[in-house]
Amino acid sequence: MSPQNLVVIGASLAGLRAAEAARKAGFSGTITMVGAEHHLPYDRPPLSKAYLDGVEPKAPYFRTEEKLRDDLGVELLLGASATGLDTANKQVLLGESRLDYDALVIATGATARRLPGVAGLAGVHTLRTLDDAMAVRGALDAGARTVVVGCGFIGSEVASGARKRGLEVTVVEAQPTPLARAVGDEMGRVCAKLHHRHGTDLRCGVGVERIEGEGRVERVVLSDGTAIDADLVVVGIGAEPNTEWLAGSGLALDDGVVCDEYLCAGDGIYAAGDVARWHNPLFDRAMRLEHWTSAAEQAAVAARNAVHPAEAKPYRTVPYFWSDWYDSRIQFVGIPAAEEVRIVEGDPARDRRVVALYREGDRLVGALTINGQNVIMKFRGLIMKGASWADAVAFAEQRRAVAASA
Amino acid sequence: MKISVDRSKCTGLGICESLAPDVFEIDDDGDLVLKTDEVPPGQLADIEAAVDGCPTEALRLHQD
Ligand SMILES: Cc1cc2nc3c(=O)[nH]c(=O)nc-3n(C[C@H](O)[C@H](O)[C@H](O)COP(=O)(O)OP(=O)(O)OC[C@H]3O[C@@H](n4cnc5c(N)ncnc54)[C@H](O)[C@@H]3O)c2cc1C
Ligand code: SF4
Repeated sequence: MSPQNLVVIGASLAGLRAAEAARKAGFSGTITMVGAEHHLPYDRPPLSKAYLDGVEPKAPYFRTEEKLRDDLGVELLLGASATGLDTANKQVLLGESRLDYDALVIATGATARRLPGVAGLAGVHTLRTLDDAMAVRGALDAGARTVVVGCGFIGSEVASGARKRGLEVTVVEAQPTPLARAVGDEMGRVCAKLHHRHGTDLRCGVGVERIEGEGRVERVVLSDGTAIDADLVVVGIGAEPNTEWLAGSGLALDDGVVCDEYLCAGDGIYAAGDVARWHNPLFDRAMRLEHWTSAAEQAAVAARNAVHPAEAKPYRTVPYFWSDWYDSRIQFVGIPAAEEVRIVEGDPARDRRVVALYREGDRLVGALTINGQNVIMKFRGLIMKGASWADAVAFAEQRRAVAASA
Repeated sequence: MKISVDRSKCTGLGICESLAPDVFEIDDDGDLVLKTDEVPPGQLADIEAAVDGCPTEALRLHQD
C-alpha cells in the first residue's frame, strides 16, 4: 500500500520543500512537520546578507501559517524536537510521546560549530538562526568593533556587512589560506583579496587562544599573543549535521545521514538538505552539501520518492552556491577537488571579474566566478553534460574574446 | 503557457538559466533576460523546475 502518513522532521527550507513537493505529487495523506525552532520555516541566506545591512530587514519567512495549514494541509509542531527514531515500529520519538509514520523525511539540517569555553559570554555569537541574526544585527546597530572567527562564506559575509556600515572588522582564520576546502588554495587566496581591498583586517594562520571579558566580550587573544578589542565576536567555523537524535536508530551515520542515490536511508526513510550525505551519480561519490539549491531540490526528490516509492528517481546534481562579499558576487559550481585550477579570465590582482576552471583528469569538474554571473551557469551546464577540459577551456576563451571585443 | 519574472524579487542568481538555458540567460550586467516569454514545446518540465528552483520565487507560469 502506498504511504498515507508522511512525517517531516525539520521545519526549514528542506522540510517545507518536502511538504510542498509531496502535495504537488498528488499525496493526499496526512503531513506532520516537526521543527525545533519556534519560527515558521524561514530563509537563511539573507541572514548574513540583507539582514545585516543598515536598512530595516524584511522577515525571511517563506509562507504564512495559514498557507501551511490550510493550503498545504500540514500539521505543524513547532518548538518540538525529535529525540529518537524507532524504525521497527515506524515511530519518531518526541520526548515522551511518539509519532507514527509510514514515510519519513529527515530534514534536520546542521548546527553552527561553537568555540569551546565561551558559554555565557555576552557578545559572542554564531550565525545560523534568525535569533542569531537578530542578535548580530543589534550589535552592529550599536557600532560594535567586530571580530569574525573563521574566514568561511558566512564569516566573510558578516565582515562585509560590518564594513558596509563603516565598522572596524578583523577576521581571524586558523588556516594559512581561507576557503581552501571549499574552493581550493589558489582561489581561496583570490577571494581573500576582497577583504584586503575593503579594509577588513584578515589574519590567516593564527588561532584564537581565548576570548576575555567580564560577563561580556572585551577582547580576543590570538595564538600569537596579539589581543584585539571587540564588542562583537561572530564565530563562523562551520556546521555539524544534526544527527544526534538518530544515534542508536540503526541508520548509517557518517558526517550526515547516509543515503543512496534515491536519498533513501532506510525502510520508508529519506533525508534531504544539510543533514543528508548521499551518493551523487554525476560525480560517482558520496557528498554532503550545505547549499540552498541542493537542499531545496533534494527535499523535493526525497518527498516524491517517499510517497511514491515505486517510481523513485535518483538525485544527481552539479553543486552550486553563491556568496555576496562587499560589492562582489562569488559563485561556484561543481566540486573543488581538482588536479588543476586555471584562471581563464581576469587578473585577480587588478580585475573585479575573475573566472577560474577546475580540472580532474580530462574533465571539467568545477568553475568559480567573481562577478561572472553571465557565464557561471553555462559552465554548470557543461559540467552537467560531462564536458571535456579542452572544450571548456575553448568555450571560456571564446567568451573572453567576445567580451574583449565588445 | 507564459513565463514572467518579478524584477523586484529576481537577484540574478541564474539557477533558472542552468535548468532551462533556452529561455533564461543572465546578461553581462548580471540581470536576467527572458529569451522568450512562451514555454517552448517540450520544455514545460524544465521551466517548472526553474520556477521551483528560483530561491527568490521570482518566476511565474501562467495562462496568457
Ligand atoms: C547565515 C547563512 C547564510 C547562508 N548563505 C547561503 C548562500 O549564500 N548560498 C547557499 O547556497 N547557501 C547558503 N546557506 C546554506 C543554506 O541556508 C542551507 O543549505 C539550508 O538552510 C539548508 O536547509 P535545511 O532545511 O537542510 O537545514 P536547516 O536550514 O539547517 O534547517 C533544519 C531545521 O531543522 C531543525 N531541527 C534540527 N534538529 C531537529 C530535531 N531533532 N527535531 C526537530 N527539528 C530539528 C532545526 O532547528 C532547523 O530549523 C546559508 C546558511 C546560513 C546559516
Ligand atoms: S533563479 Fe530566480 S533569482 Fe535567479 S536569475 Fe532566475 S529568476 Fe532571478
